[in-house]
Amino acid sequence: MLKDITIGQYFPGNSIIHRLDPRFKIVITLIYIIMLFSGGNYICLAVGAAFTFGAILLSRIPVKMFWKSVKPLLPFLVITAVLNLLLMSSGEVLWKWKFLRITEDGLNTSLFMVIRIVLLIMGTSLLTYTTSPITLTDAIERLLSPLRKVKFPVHELAMMMSIALRFIPTLIEETDKIMSAQKARGAEIDTGSFATRAKNLISILVPLFISAFRRADELATAMECRCYHGGEGRTRLRQLKSAPRDYIALAVTVLFLVGVIVLGKLV
Amino acid sequence: MENIIEIKGLHFAYEPDEEGKEPVEVLKGIDLDIKQGEFVAVLGHNGCGKSTLAKHLNAILLPTEGTVTVDGIDTKDADKLFELRQRAGMVFQNPDNQIVSSIVEEDVAFALENLGVPYEEMRRRVDESLRAVGMYEYRMHSPSQLSGGQKQRVAIAGIIAMQPKCIILDEPTAMLDPQGRKEVLATIHRMNREQGITIVLITHYMDEAADCDRVVVMDKGKVVLDNVPEKVFSQVEKLKAIGLDVPQVTELVWELRKAGCDISPEIISEEECVAAIEKLFAD
Repeated sequence: MLKDITIGQYFPGNSIIHRLDPRFKIVITLIYIIMLFSGGNYICLAVGAAFTFGAILLSRIPVKMFWKSVKPLLPFLVITAVLNLLLMSSGEVLWKWKFLRITEDGLNTSLFMVIRIVLLIMGTSLLTYTTSPITLTDAIERLLSPLRKVKFPVHELAMMMSIALRFIPTLIEETDKIMSAQKARGAEIDTGSFATRAKNLISILVPLFISAFRRADELATAMECRCYHGGEGRTRLRQLKSAPRDYIALAVTVLFLVGVIVLGKLV
Repeated sequence: MENIIEIKGLHFAYEPDEEGKEPVEVLKGIDLDIKQGEFVAVLGHNGCGKSTLAKHLNAILLPTEGTVTVDGIDTKDADKLFELRQRAGMVFQNPDNQIVSSIVEEDVAFALENLGVPYEEMRRRVDESLRAVGMYEYRMHSPSQLSGGQKQRVAIAGIIAMQPKCIILDEPTAMLDPQGRKEVLATIHRMNREQGITIVLITHYMDEAADCDRVVVMDKGKVVLDNVPEKVFSQVEKLKAIGLDVPQVTELVWELRKAGCDISPEIISEEECVAAIEKLFAD
């Protein structure tokens, strides 16, 4: 049951977006975020939307998957929209009831914000949909590697992340076993008030933590046995190689950014 | 043949958890030489010190007294630590807790990455090791998709990639199903036969020990028996006295001998046993 949980929402594929160098993908996503926030009018937003949907089409991932990533954030979107709608007091009043009123500016701002956030979620989801967590970790490690000069533990962080990713399925399986073992002895895990369920959770977490520490200890010994001594002098099996397409993708994104900035100034 | 492992007067005591307590002595004077290319099984009851002994062979633990030399390197020599661990690889009991990466081939490459092996050579050695353990088709899989036996073979591939002279396996089959056990044992035997890698197999399965060149039996931190399997398992009383079982075949032969049959006590394989019993009936 718990095994079905997917962590990271990677959709394996072989589209051009999948094949882009993950380092470039991260940088492109950052530029994309700047692009969304630098345009102040609907035309800029339309350009951003065109970019987003173009990329989604190229990735060949069904659009409804993106709806899935927006859905959990709907309450947040509604709250943002309502607050913007009611708190903006400038502009022509469209509707009024006691102290509540909706102005044209308010309507505009809230619509604008909602579209912007939806685009933001869709664009960043595209990154995690087309890049496996382990590749992503790798790319982050390399992008941050200049920080090593200022003693920032880049390698250690990446190693921790990749070990965490490695052990997620193992620990989920273990949780499943512990829950079954406790159910077999009459524990009621899924029923009862919130307080009892929270209390029952402790009886699952304690053995899980103890076992996680034991695993950590054994893993550390096994890593030492294989000559692990930190990031110094390490070579890598996974080579990240940038191809012309990566530079083209980056150039296109930068062009879009410039376009949005220019349009924002002109219109 | 040259000795690859030389253990002289090895004593080891764990530091006590609390101050004022006596240190717990686990190894009490072990002398053991293992020759290059040998396949040695180390048998013993739980707590006899066999795992502790294994951890001395690649300097995870250092002797309190005495010396351990592996391929000419004293395990106390901190400068040669990585060289030592490269020559004497270690496989542990729980396959889940020794796999580092989420992709099989990257896990096999882990040691090579640490040693700074250049890409081309790493690629070649990783592919070779995966083929050697028969896991090449699974190189892009996630370890969580593999069975216990397959995971353990991946762990072995990760060690072989270092091109060690010696592999120490600490109860590698204890957590596996019979099929997984078979796969892992076949892999270890093949490594020994084809690549001449010295194998030190720590186990409590008597049947696994029966297939080895040499069996070392430990009890209470000491080596009590050290001989070819035939000679070791023929000493049924002695083994039983320290709480060990004997392989089924040996047990049968022993019972037959007790009942007065004329049968050699050094039979350990099923075929030999069948032949001997047939001969008994024929006589």
